[in-house]
Amino acid sequence: MHPLIIRITHWVNAAAMIVMIGSGWRIFNDSPLFDFIFPPVITFGGDPDVSWHKYQNGAYGALQWHFAAMWVLVINGLVYLTYGIVSGRFGRLFLPITVDGVRSAVHDALRFKLDHNTGVYNHVQRLLYIGVLCLGVLVVMSGLAIWKPVQFQGLAKLFITFQGARWVHFLCMVGIVLFMIVHVALALLVPKTIVGMVKGDDHDTDHKHKTGERS
Amino acid sequence: MAEKTPSPSMMRSQRPIDRSILVENRALLRSIERRTLLRGGISLGALTMLTGCDITNKDAVQGVLSRMSLWNDRVQAFLFSPTRLAPEFPASAVLKPPRWNAFIPRDQVPDVDGATWRLELAGRITDKRPLTLSDINAMPHVTQRTRHVCVEGWDYIGEWTGVPLRHLLERVGADLTASYVAFRCADTYTGGIDMPTALHPQTQLTTKYAGQTLDKAFGFPIRLKAATKLGFKQPKQIVAIEVTNTRPGGYWEDRGFNWFSGI
Repeated sequence: MHPLIIRITHWVNAAAMIVMIGSGWRIFNDSPLFDFIFPPVITFGGDPDVSWHKYQNGAYGALQWHFAAMWVLVINGLVYLTYGIVSGRFGRLFLPITVDGVRSAVHDALRFKLDHNTGVYNHVQRLLYIGVLCLGVLVVMSGLAIWKPVQFQGLAKLFITFQGARWVHFLCMVGIVLFMIVHVALALLVPKTIVGMVKGDDHDTDHKHKTGERS
Repeated sequence: MAEKTPSPSMMRSQRPIDRSILVENRALLRSIERRTLLRGGISLGALTMLTGCDITNKDAVQGVLSRMSLWNDRVQAFLFSPTRLAPEFPASAVLKPPRWNAFIPRDQVPDVDGATWRLELAGRITDKRPLTLSDINAMPHVTQRTRHVCVEGWDYIGEWTGVPLRHLLERVGADLTASYVAFRCADTYTGGIDMPTALHPQTQLTTKYAGQTLDKAFGFPIRLKAATKLGFKQPKQIVAIEVTNTRPGGYWEDRGFNWFSGI
């Protein structure tokens, strides 16, 4: 069901997100937005407690990972978005979203009447997928505003202040992490979705999706 | 840990950056490897990431990260505009006193006697006679109210008054086609910036903050203020400047922070 380009970009994105989020947590810890830091053991690339260096500040390892993985994330994301839009895949799978459709999907879900047809997303799923794509765009935009508040000052203005951009960047991360938790949990509940995203040999075909046929 | 080795120039970092990073990061990568095992258990994505990439080859991983950092330097130099100014803010926005941060505790900041202080000049400069504080004070000053951004993530609006670095470089006959300007400080800090940033209108050798002579902890007698750089690229208590074509290291840069660190 999933074309090769979608399967590749999906897993590359998964890896890049893990590096970006884990290293981002370590960078956050150096100057927390509020009275909380991420446990160092779950951060990525610069942990002073379990790490090598004798210097107090260990964020540079995390920064190196963050600013390396950002290229992977952005280039891979652009390939994915371009393909999704140009091929019509996004429109086919994620649209339309209607209030009634969302209501009935929530209604079914609350009664554990889960439709396990891979390749056909209910309206709540569509909403979540489009939502996380928007968060993906916003997390990159706020990231660019944090990286280059002078060179990209027009973009930075959208976030009012420098800390405003940090807050948006942080809240996007929270939204993406919540999405990932639901996404992975549901995938584990219906393992054939994972097989489909790896091998792409699910019995459904695009033809069947188009005609609304269920396997 | 690399030992300090004599450098061709006293201005330059005393430790060769590449070697120290390779040596210092062995243990880092060992710990990453440990965590990767844990993470791999909870993440399908991490497995994909490691496919075809031997994470146990620690120097290779750090090599990739270091090369990516060098690539990011080039991208940032490309993005840098010599004429684009950092936004300025009203006087009411200025933080007094400013937020303090340094590589040493505040009580270890050395005293500098303004009367005996000299600014040494080295490298590709015609007139290398050391400058006194009176010489600096006699030069034209400009004021900027701009945002100071720390690599840690905090920021504040400050007001800095000082001599445009471009003015000083022209005055002493510096080779403005050279690539870098390096700094050495009374508190042993070192650093350096690219020439385009050195010539930017909002790059100055600061003598005053919010109208007052700099406190020693904020860089008396002079500090670098560059509105297009992160805070750690703006050394305090400067005692020597070198114009050079050899890329200078720096205290934090040698430890792995991105060299260009423009904002």
